[in-house]
Parts: sequence; structure tokens; C-alpha cells
Amino acid sequence: MQDPTKHTDSETGRVETKETTCYMCACRCGIRVTLRDGEVRHIEGNPNHPLNKGVICAKGSSGIMKQYSPARLTRPLLRKSGAERGSSEFEEISWEKAFGLVEERLSKIRAEDPKKFALFTGRDQMQALTGLFAKQFGTPNYAAHGGLCSVNMAAGLIYTIGGSFWEFGGPDLERSKLFVMIGTVEDHHSNPMKIALADFKRRGGRFISINPIRTGYSAIADEWVPIKPGTDGAMLLAIIRELIHQGLYDRDFLIKYTNSAELVVDDPKRDDHGLFRRFEMHIEEGCFDPENKLWWDRELDREISTHTPGTDPRLLGSFELEDGTPVKPAFQLLKERVEEYTPEWAEDITGIPANTIRRLSYEMGVVARDQKIELPIQWTDSWGNDHESVTGNPVSFHAMRGLAAHSNGFQTIRALGILMTILGTIDRPGGFRHKAPFPRPIPPCPKPPKSPEGVQPNTPLDGMPLGWPSKPDDLFVDEKGEAVRLDKAFSWEYPLSVHGLMHNAITNAWRGDPYKIDTLLLFMANMAWNSSMNTENVRNMLKDKDENGEYKIPFIIVADAFQSETIAFADLVLPDTTYLERHDAMSMLDRPISEFEGPVDSVRIPVVPPRGECKPFQEVLIELGSRLGLPAFVKEDGSRKFRDYPDFVTNYQTSPGSGIGFLAGWRGKGGEKFLKGEPNPRQWEMYQKNGCVYHYKLPKSYQYMRNWNQGYLEWARAHSMTRYVEPITLHLYSEVLQRFRLAAQGKLPGKQPPQRLRKRVVDNFDPLPFYTAPLEHKLIDSQKYQISALTQRPMAMYHSWDSQNAWLRQIHTHNYLFVNPKLGEANGFGDGDWIWVESPTNKVRCMARFSEAVEPGTVWTWNAIGKAAGAWGLSPKANESQKGFLLNHLIAEELPPCEAGEHMSNSDPVTGQAAWFDVRVRVYPAGPHEPQVTSPQFKPQKPVPGQDVKRGKWQAFFAGKFRRKSGIR
Amino acid sequence: MHPAFSVIFLTTLLGAGQGLFLALYTGQLYALANLLPDQSNDFYIMGSFLSMVLLIAGLIASVFHLGRPERAWRAATQWRTSWLSREVVVLPAAMTLTFFYGLFHYLGWTQSLFTISDTLPVDATLVTGALGTLVSFLLFLCTAMIYASLRFVKAWHTPLTVANFLFLGMASGFMLAAALSAYMGTNLVAFYGTWAVVATTLGAISRGSSLYRNSKFRCKVDMQSAIGVHHSQLHQKAQGFMGGSFNTREYFHGKSDSFLLMIRYIFLLMVFVLPVLMILFAYLSESVRLPIAAFAIQYIGLVLERYYFFTEAKHPQNLYYQSMA
Amino acid sequence: MTQLALVIDLNVCVGCHACVTSCKEWNTSGWAGPMTDQRPYDEDPTGTFFNRVQTYEAGVFPDTETYHFPKSCLHCEDPPCVPVCPTGASYKREDNGVVLVDYDKCIGCKYCSWACPYGAREIDEKLRVMKKCTLCIDRITDTSLPESERKPACVLACPTSARLFGDIHDPNSNVSVAIREQGGYPLQPEWGTKPANHYLPRRKTRIQIHEDELVRADNPLKKEELPSLPDGGETLDDVAW
Repeated sequence: MQDPTKHTDSETGRVETKETTCYMCACRCGIRVTLRDGEVRHIEGNPNHPLNKGVICAKGSSGIMKQYSPARLTRPLLRKSGAERGSSEFEEISWEKAFGLVEERLSKIRAEDPKKFALFTGRDQMQALTGLFAKQFGTPNYAAHGGLCSVNMAAGLIYTIGGSFWEFGGPDLERSKLFVMIGTVEDHHSNPMKIALADFKRRGGRFISINPIRTGYSAIADEWVPIKPGTDGAMLLAIIRELIHQGLYDRDFLIKYTNSAELVVDDPKRDDHGLFRRFEMHIEEGCFDPENKLWWDRELDREISTHTPGTDPRLLGSFELEDGTPVKPAFQLLKERVEEYTPEWAEDITGIPANTIRRLSYEMGVVARDQKIELPIQWTDSWGNDHESVTGNPVSFHAMRGLAAHSNGFQTIRALGILMTILGTIDRPGGFRHKAPFPRPIPPCPKPPKSPEGVQPNTPLDGMPLGWPSKPDDLFVDEKGEAVRLDKAFSWEYPLSVHGLMHNAITNAWRGDPYKIDTLLLFMANMAWNSSMNTENVRNMLKDKDENGEYKIPFIIVADAFQSETIAFADLVLPDTTYLERHDAMSMLDRPISEFEGPVDSVRIPVVPPRGECKPFQEVLIELGSRLGLPAFVKEDGSRKFRDYPDFVTNYQTSPGSGIGFLAGWRGKGGEKFLKGEPNPRQWEMYQKNGCVYHYKLPKSYQYMRNWNQGYLEWARAHSMTRYVEPITLHLYSEVLQRFRLAAQGKLPGKQPPQRLRKRVVDNFDPLPFYTAPLEHKLIDSQKYQISALTQRPMAMYHSWDSQNAWLRQIHTHNYLFVNPKLGEANGFGDGDWIWVESPTNKVRCMARFSEAVEPGTVWTWNAIGKAAGAWGLSPKANESQKGFLLNHLIAEELPPCEAGEHMSNSDPVTGQAAWFDVRVRVYPAGPHEPQVTSPQFKPQKPVPGQDVKRGKWQAFFAGKFRRKSGIR
Repeated sequence: MHPAFSVIFLTTLLGAGQGLFLALYTGQLYALANLLPDQSNDFYIMGSFLSMVLLIAGLIASVFHLGRPERAWRAATQWRTSWLSREVVVLPAAMTLTFFYGLFHYLGWTQSLFTISDTLPVDATLVTGALGTLVSFLLFLCTAMIYASLRFVKAWHTPLTVANFLFLGMASGFMLAAALSAYMGTNLVAFYGTWAVVATTLGAISRGSSLYRNSKFRCKVDMQSAIGVHHSQLHQKAQGFMGGSFNTREYFHGKSDSFLLMIRYIFLLMVFVLPVLMILFAYLSESVRLPIAAFAIQYIGLVLERYYFFTEAKHPQNLYYQSMA
Repeated sequence: MTQLALVIDLNVCVGCHACVTSCKEWNTSGWAGPMTDQRPYDEDPTGTFFNRVQTYEAGVFPDTETYHFPKSCLHCEDPPCVPVCPTGASYKREDNGVVLVDYDKCIGCKYCSWACPYGAREIDEKLRVMKKCTLCIDRITDTSLPESERKPACVLACPTSARLFGDIHDPNSNVSVAIREQGGYPLQPEWGTKPANHYLPRRKTRIQIHEDELVRADNPLKKEELPSLPDGGETLDDVAW
């Protein structure tokens, strides 16, 4: 063998290196792709990228195996005539024919009733385009994955602090001293959190993880606090209570920057009960929070306009206004609310000892108070006060799906937002910090259409398909108060469902409730498997027929790069490209990858040509938009406006001359502007030169306290990031929620909920957080089903897209149900045994793995490692289908019939967040003679034309030779 | 360890071949000392031939163990440090000497070349036989040391391994010699039978000792030392892969304790008890078939013994491969 | 003599497997490649990896610790796998202490793997030669790469920087300092193989809250106390004489 020290890799073959952005998960790290003779040799982290700083994860490093996977779809496919849906019998067709088919169908729908076309997408990172397409088409039936992911986290915090975790903001671990992570399912989100967490630990920061399970990040926590699933709200409220009782809150922060001191009408007999007492002042119509509210001045002992210079208001107390109105400061109401939430009360619910809850509160409160950070950064607040420094209380939090995916998640997350607020940690060093374009007004400005009239033939939608209601009149309901959207988002059932309810789209379409649709377009959403609840039944709905023998969902189009389970249920398959084969924009209009220091957006630029005939889905939308004559995609004369997607990204503006486009960097004719500016014909080139990323670093004085930082807010307005310069006061007390409650109580004129929903809205739209058990727990036989069942995403399969990947699937080939040994022994089975897991909805057979790192009332498994036989380019005998299982079968997409309705979604009643983690099960051993395969099993899915079927027993990847040797087209 | 059949046959075939050679030469020495009647060359020729066949068969078996047998010649280069390399050097020497030993008998080169102390006539066969004996012992040493030198595999890392290979190889070789003489109708059945019983008894003592030893000891390292986390309750959950790897295929036998116990009883019976009884009966009945059967049964028993030898070995790397998830 | 090695920090490893696949990715098309996979899309897929991440649990609920434990060749200073090799295919480099296999000399007898107590070697079942971690010898010695990238692929990939790389014989190297100051330890030291790779243990940060820290003069609750003047009832002043 050659002496390795004489070997230089770059001398083997023809070598090129290109930069682009990863897409093995939603993290979007910068990558450097080395090609050898045109084949991917190596994918490494881009050291100059602000997000990942050169590191890369297990998935990112396995991109090669995704690129050359035999699960790749390479031809447009049409279900064979005569073949049943679900049988996976397809014929190859041309793109021309595919476009023709879709154009004919969609133009007819658009001319008759645009809402009969529904477009649902997964974690696609292109909602800016897919949402635009839906709006332009005129259908409200559009949503991305948010509703089934963590919309509670987005809504709960955005309705409280004007920002949230992950893309929206996060813990400032660089300066934090105490970091509390709650309900993070192993790796949510990925590399930036890993980088920050490791540095934090190295600096000696204290890391507490509150989670029913100790894996992933929790493994390296200094303290693990196991908690029963769905009870986080109880713990958070008890902590808030302790902090208030001990006086461990940041009074100054609460007064200046939150509505804590603002006076709320406190007279249940009055129609304005629970609303802030406002005085007359000129108010511009808009979505911001006008400052026409009152404080109680401690010196004058009377009400006074908020933020009156020199005033020190009271946070606690009960007062009477001059006109006799009884009022209380919002903080007083919070204090009263949490009075009953003692640590002892929480101990019974959460399983966390009361003393631990107390200690956690003290740790948070004392660190926040005594380890203050002061940075010599001058800034000016919204009320014109100059500050010589920025200060911070170094306690930070991160939470995700563990809190979000419960039907009580919204209020739990409100409680978290309030906890972070009373500790005084919002957009301050060492606490929570926003990422551009956040903070946004509470709530942000976009609104859904207001009535069925918002949907008109051949007309774009009047409103956004997804928006942020701030009052009952923003709801998208008909005159009876019932839903207009297929998924019933923005109806009284789930008023603040800001990301939609994709998880109910298929069930509703199948049932024809609220109406039947014609065409369902799914992009990158595996609705016949891991993206659906109640999967076995949903698969049946997808192929169910009515009495005339017609499919209940008449036409299903699936766009995906891989042979997922959903492909089998498609009538038309549109093969998408991988991330290495296409242009993409991680746009400010969607969810960019901004950093604390300022806005960041990024692009993908193809590094290899598309395989076979696959086509980027963006190109498909541009083509369809042009063919259908959607206004944004055609010129005045109806002719095509954009050559292709890159051309669209360069030249599209949100409105003529707005200067806002998909990309924020290098705008203006010569690339001299950013965020706002005329289209720059060389914008792509400039991104390419800069590693496919644009990062604007704000001046230091604009980097903190942005909710109330005059300089920042003016800067943001000047660059069209926000509509208003007004301060974004934190909603410790949510008047927005109270408005919905008052409407449901019949006290607010305007839109009213249907009778069946009044109580539900009154109960759940509480302006202050409260704890209640998850909905499903109250509706099922809780004696029979006592155990919580959870899923997590393993880091090496994060986002669960990669069983088709030969390397990653060796790490997670199948999944076990992790069970505390005590639970296993109590139920008569041992480590490694085959068991049944049964919920009120369904049951699955799987293998148990004992673990001491799980709370005994909880079982859990890795999400979506189990696959349907034959899917994802795997052999029908593959472990994924024979030993792997999907927990989704057990999780109902609808609640048992209840007062609120027959078919209520198993979701948060405020936001429509899918309540994945509410499921309760029982576990028992499988019989000795039962087959040792998982159940349910499905008839093996056949490979489709255009897939590489035979890859043989061996795979020896060596870049530059592999495709040729393996005969991959 | 996962029993490697190529190695099981390699070691048992070589052992029997070497043992047979030693038996032939022992017979020759006894004859020289007039303790036995002179044997015809046919017996030596046939014996050497059989020994060659066994050695060659062993060599062929070894080929199946190698990933790249075409490069096997390279294995002779590291004799300074590697017992495996030494075996590779010594085995051809043993084969060569066995070949020439048989050839000289075939050619009838039994004329005395010189005489030692005026009483011991030395011929070519005596010289090659002496060298062959030395090399055979060396080969036993090399083969056994391949296992005995692995200090991490405690079940093997003992002089008993060398003793076992030596005595069990000799036992099967002398047993084969007895069978051969029975088959050829020579009068050495009792002589070789006695030696075979002696070697078998020695083997029983050494193998019994190693079985006893292996049932008693605890591994020097544990999972705590393996990963450096010193907690009394330490369990592996995931080994990092789920479809198996070299580490799980090579070092785990995957057999139940009861199965292994059964193997142990069978091999104890077949290697030690039955052959001795059969030789005893052969004495009494002067049966021709019984010594042949005794050898066959003992050889099969040795294959099982060697199988068990592998399953006995607990490799410390196994500490890292206890569970998957 | 230089002895290159990895120091793996179990205090921050979250078990993400980045080191596992970044290793495979670099090496399959590099000097040591290809690294073959068997049954890649079928039942029980298996393949050659130089590095694996394992998970362990210590203790009983709720006092459970979860450990993620990456393991690759430890590049022992006294490597037991080298002298047993009959062909000289296994060798330890004089210049940097990396233990390597020359595939052209390897006969696939697996003896070296038997001699390794760590299970660090894996045979490539297709090419039928023994393979193992090379510390990315073709990266770390490639002077055409910028110095910051002359590191093993796993080290560059690791999102938590849990993998340090350097010369443990240089007392001032980052790895020597880490071993010295953070209690770095070798695996199975009983054998005397002197593994060059070391591991850094879990460390804990705690906060002590003293009772008096909960009582402070500037407690904000004081600000909310309403002045409570007596309502004019009888006092001692009225009745005492």
C-alpha cells in the first residue's frame, strides 16, 4: 500500500469543492461538498458558516448515502389505470403529461371552488413559496408541518414574548450561568444547540434537564429531574409561585417591559372584566399594542398612564379607579392565580418532590438576581430613556415538543414564557434572545381571511392562509361560527391554530367535514406513515371509496424525492430532487436561520445535476403557477413571468416595488443593500461567493432588549422587518385570550362561538396560565390506560427522513419500546421480550428494552424508525418493518365524542397543536406462540418504476467509481 | 468466541497428524531398542502417508480461515514476534520431514549411515524422524501458543492450553496409529493403544484442569474498566449498530448454556471415556474394528472439544457489545 | 517520539453519532477505503465502521446517569495487535504512533483482532482484510490541507467538540493538558497496553443556595407592602397609668 503520508486525497480524480446548505434535517448548516469526478466525495461543515461553524452531524455526514439511495424517485408516475390506490402500481409518464394533468384539474377547481384544492407540506423549509402558491391559487387549505410539530411552542411564546425558540430565538448559553431544558425530545434543535451546550458546560454552567427520559442532551445534564409527561405546566406554575412568594422576581423588568403593572378590570359582572382598563387616545388601526393603559402610582395612590416618567407603580394590590371601577395589576392576578399551585400540589401531579421544585425555583431566582451581567452597551428604550449598559439575568431555558405536543401545551408554554419573564430574562444577555425578524408584535400582523367570502373563484385568497388572530373577529368562520378551512384552523374549535392542523386534513377530507375536496397535494409529508396520527386508519381513508366506487379523496398528488409510504397512495407522483441538486432559499419570509446578533438567511445551490428526471418542487410550483395564470407568477398579459425558480427568487417582490423578496442579502441593483432593495440580478452569485449565506450583524446597541429598543425598532422598521416601531410589551397577562373568552361568554360583540364550543373556549382561553390534565386523559378509561407513551427523534435520524440511508440505518435499524424495569416486571415481561402496547385507538406489538433512564409511568421509542414493508427502497424483510414499529398507530387524531363535538381534533383547544404525547397505553407480554414480528404489518409496498431495485449484497462506496460500478442512473 | 470451523479442523487435523508421526517414530525407536519387533516399511509408509494427508487437510482447512489465502506466504515473515507466523514456518517443516520420513522408508533407506557409541546404528529415517519429532513438538507449541499467548483471553492464557494441544494431539495420533496397525494387521495395536490411553489420560488431566480453572476465574476487566465509569450498576443499552458487526459475529457463540453443557459432556465422553474403554475391549476381543472406531470417535470428540474451547473463551471486547437499541 | 491520539470528553458527548458517519464518509473514499456495507438495504444491514458510539446507563431510577461512549482504535503505545500479525501488515508508525494496517499485506487471519481487548478492529467482509481507525492518516499528514483541517474527520465534525486531537507526548499539547487537568483516563488499563486515546470523565456543576440568600434587604415584595396604619382602636397608651 502506498505510504499514507505520501497520499493526497485531492490528487485522486478530478476534484471540485462547492458550498451549499445542508438539508438532512431542518437545522440548515452550511456545508462544503467535495466532488470527485462528479460524484460526492465528502460533505463537511463550512467553518465560516455562522450556524454550525464547521461542525456537522451524523446525518449531514451521511448525505452521500441519501444522494445515491435506491429509494430515489426518478420519474413522474401515474397510477396505472385499473390499479387500486395503495397497490403501488405506477406507469412512468412525461413531465409534460404530468403538468398537463395537474393544470387541467387545478384550473377547473380554481374556476369553481378553489378550496377544493388542498396543499399540505412537511418540514419543507419553503413555506414562503408554498404559502404564496396557495394564496395565489385562492385556497385557504394550506398548511405546513407546524401544527403537528410544535405550534404550541411558537404560539405560546409568541403570544407572550413576541418570539420563541429555535429559529425565532433561544437561550444565550454564551453568557448564561444556569440553563434549564424542559421537554426536549433528544435533539430539537440540532448542531447550534450542541455547540452551545458543550461550550456552556465547559465554562462551568449548570445544566438542569427536566424530562421523563434521560437521553441525548439530558444525558450530560448536571441534574436530571424526571417528570410525568403532560404535567410540565403544574411544575412551572409551582416554580412561578415560589418565585413570587420569595420575591425572587425582577420587579424593575416586570414594570418597565411587561404588562405586569397594568391595571385589569376586576369585576366579573362587567363586560370588560379581565380587559385592561384603557383611556381614550387616538389609536391607529393595526396589530400593535397601544399604550393607553394604566398603572397604579404608589406615591399618588391613584391610577396613572403607564410609563409616566418618574412613576413607580404597584405590582400587587387591589384598587378602585376614580370612576369606581375595581382593578388589579396583572401581576396581582398572576399571584392570585398561582396561590394554589404549591410545590406540594405539584409533587402529586408531576412526580417531582416538592423540595426539588422549591430548590429549582431558588436556584433560578438567586442566580438571576445575584449573578447579574452588565455589558457596557449603550441603548435607548422606547420611552426615550438612555441606558449606559445592558444588563441580564443569566438564567436561560430551552423547551420543545415535550411541552408542546400536549393538549394543555399552550398554557404550559405560556407559563414558561411568564417564568422567563418574571426572572427578567427576555432578550437580555444570559437569558432568552430573539433572532430576526423577531421580536414581532404580539401577535404578529398577518391574518387569515375573515369569512367564506375570502375564497373566490379565480382569485387569490383574501388574507393569508396562515395568520395570527388577535381577536374573535380575526377568525376564519362562517356565519354559524363554523370552520371554513378543511382542517378547521382559525375556527372556534382551535382559534389560534397559527400553523394549521395538517394532522386532521385527511380525516376531514375523507369524512367530507366540513366539505369534500377534490385534489390533495402533499409535498414531503409522509401522511401514510409517521406524519399521521392513527396511521393504520388514515391509510384506509386514503384509499376508501364512496358508494359510487369513487375515492373519497378523489385525487392525490404526492411530491417527494423518496419512495415513502405515502407514494403508494398517490395518483400522481412528482419526483423531487435532493438538497444537493437544487436551488433553495431559507427566506426571511419563512423561517430564516438568524442568529442573536442579526438576520441571517441562506441558499442552496446545486452541486450535482438532478438524478433521472427528478425536478425541484419549486420548479413544479413556478411552472404550475405560470400555467394556471396565478397573478404572482405571470405578467399583465398572462405570460410567464419567471424563467425558473432562481429567476423567481431574484426578481419576485412581495408587492411591486416593495423591495422585499425571498432573499435579504445583496439586494439593490449592485448588491449594496440588504433586507430591502430592488432585485439584484447577481444576487445568487453573491450568495455563492459567500458560502451561500448572508449574515448581517446588528450594531451592539441593537442586539439586546429589542422589544423595547428604540434604535433597533427603528432600524427594523427602516428595513421593513416590522410594521411598527412601538414597543413590544410582554404579555404576562394575555388580553388577547381574554377577548376570546369574553366572546364565548357573550360579553363581547362580534363573532360568537357555536353553543357546543362556548364552555371549551371559556375554559381554555384563560388570560393567565393554569394547569389542567390533557384532554384525552379526561375522556378515556384512565384506569385501564395509565402509562404515557412518547417518541423521541434519535440524533442520527433526526427528522426521521433517513431509513433509506445505508449508513444511518445501520445505527437505528429497528426500534424498541423503552420501559422502566419496574414497569416491565409489574406487567410480566422482561428485557428484550415481545410485548403488546395498547391504547384506546389501536395496539402494536414490539420488543421491550429495559431502561433506568425513563420515568416508570412512561414508555417511549424512537420515532419513525419503524417503516412499512417495502417502503424507502428497503427489502420487505428489512428490520425496519419486521422489528421496527410505529407508535403513531396508537395515537388518535380525534378525541372521543365530547361536549364540544363528535369529531374534535386530538389537539390543543387553543392552537390545534397535535397532542401526540397525550396518548395513554397499557403494556402486556405477547403470547408465546405469536410471531416474532411487529404488528400491524402491511402488504409489502412494491418498488416503483425508475427506482434502482437491485443493489446487491454489497455496497462499497468509493467516490468517483460508485455510480458507474453500481449502474446507478 | 465464535467457533471457527476452519480452525477447529486445522488444529485437530494437525494434532492427529503430528501425533501419528510421533507414534510412528516412537514405534521405530522402540524397535531400535528391540523393545518391539521390527516393522515393515509398509507400516511407516502408510503411517507417514496418513500423517501427510492429515497435515495437508489441516493446511487446507486453514485456508478457509484466511481472507486472502493467496498472500499466505507473507505470514512467514514475522516469526520473531508472532506465534501464528512461527506456526506458518514450522508447519511446512513438519510436512517436509514427514514426507521425507515416509519417502526414506519407501525408498528403503534404512541402511545405517553411521553408528553412535558402536551400538546405535543411525539411518536416514532415524535422522529425519528425530528432526520430525522435534519439529512436531515445536508445531504443537506454536499452534497452542497462538491461543495461549493471548493474555486478554484468560481461558486460553495458560500453559494448560499447550498441554491440551500436545496431549490431545498425541492421543488422537497414537489412537490413529493403533487403528492403522489394527487395519494393517500388524501387532502394534496393544503398544499404540497403551500409549494412546496414556496420552488420553494425560489429556484428561490437563483438559480437566483447564475446565476446572475456567469455571473458577473471573475476568480481569469488567464493564466499569472497559468504559471507565466506576458505578456498580452499569448496563449497556446500545452498542452503536443493530444489524450485527464483526465484533458481534466473531466473538459471540450465541449458544445457550445448556447446549454448551451438553457439548461438554459429549466431548468428555467421546474424547476420554469411550476411546479408552474401546481400546480396553480391543485388547480383550482383539477386534480390528474397535481401534478404528475408537479413533473415529475420539476425533469427532476432539472436534467438539475444540468447538467448546472457542466457546469457553470470553473475549474482553464483548464487554462493549451487550445490548442494542 | 510523537504519539498522536484522541481525547474524548464524556462530559459533553451527547451521542449524536456525527463521528461515526463522518469517519465512514471520509475514509470510504480515502486511503483506507472503501468501507463496504453488507445487505445495505436488506435485513440486518452491517458494514465496516472505524468508530461507534455506544450508550450506557449507570444507576437505578431516578438516580440514573446516561453515558454516550464513542469508541475507536485507541492507538496503544504498546499495541498487542501489532506483534501478533504474521505478515507485518499491522504496524505502528514510528513518526506519529498511529497504528495502521497495510491492506496489501493483510491475509485476513483476524488474529490481530483477537489480540485486541477493545474490539477496535473490524474485518471488511468483502475485501477480506482487517480494517481499523487510521486517525485519518491521509488528512492529518496531508500538507496540501490548511493546518486547521489537518485533523481526523470525526474531530472536525464533532458538534460538541468532545474530541480533542493532538500529541500526548508533548506535555503542552491540548490533549496532554486536558488529560492532566481533567482526569483523563485510559480504557482497561489493567492490560498495560497503554492506550494513547484517553477519556475525560463526567463532571458536575452544582449550586448551593444558602438560606440567607433567600432573604434580602431589597426583596421586591417589600415594595408592595401597603402602609397599614391602625384603625384607631384602643392602645396601651389609652389605658395604662
